[in-house]
Amino acid sequence: MVEAVCFYLFSAVLLAAALLVVTSPQPIYSVLSLLVAMFCLASLFVMLGAFFVAAIQILLYAGAVLVLFLFAIMLLNLAPEALSRMRPFTLRAIGTLVGALFCVQLVGMLVRTASGPGTTAAATWTVREVARLLFTTYLLPFELTSFLILAAIIGAITLARVTRHDQ
Amino acid sequence: MITLNHYLVLSGVLFAIGLVGIMTRRNVLMILLCIELMFNAANLSFVAYGRALGDLNGQLIVLFVITVAAAEVTVGLAIAILMSRQLKTLNVDEVRQLKW
Repeated sequence: MVEAVCFYLFSAVLLAAALLVVTSPQPIYSVLSLLVAMFCLASLFVMLGAFFVAAIQILLYAGAVLVLFLFAIMLLNLAPEALSRMRPFTLRAIGTLVGALFCVQLVGMLVRTASGPGTTAAATWTVREVARLLFTTYLLPFELTSFLILAAIIGAITLARVTRHDQ
Repeated sequence: MITLNHYLVLSGVLFAIGLVGIMTRRNVLMILLCIELMFNAANLSFVAYGRALGDLNGQLIVLFVITVAAAEVTVGLAIAILMSRQLKTLNVDEVRQLKW
């Protein structure tokens, strides 16, 4: 009972925040709505027993990625009308229609299938099990992500730096 | 009782919202934000499947997805800053130097 109430509450807030991300004309409001959506997703991860993923979700998405977005919006410093410019109405309507059809198809397909196994009965895992798997089975991919992050940092610095040539 | 399908429906609706955002918004920053939404919808279904099937691998995959998404958004925002500096626009419809 409590689980159902929590699930519907967090889902409603999550979907409302996601809709606000898509429709808000000001990018700063979109980023802040995405922050709300991230926290709702983290609560859903906690309900699913994925505590480590929930912590990483808040630390990495809410803490790092969204701050990066805020910095980019501050750096770009655009006029509001340039930011809120959207596609002509027909193209926007077609995009929304295609998205709605996709949503209806997906949800219809899921509703028609038998309801899957429950998500409460399974065993809970702590960080210990996650870490053991991460440093045994997934050791090589885990180490390779550090190379990926390094490449992303070098790429971002190379792309965004102001050279004497530009000025 | 909340079953796997509840989470999958939620994940599908979230993915569709992100898709609508990508198709309707033309600001490159908004498109990157909507891509983040879609990443998170996929993450939710991974974790829900991992929980329902009693498999820890779902959570591990989500950790890697989050790392790759962080790397992607770093380079994407650098490209957006470069775009606004060199082409003086963030509208993706106006960036068509490679089109003929």
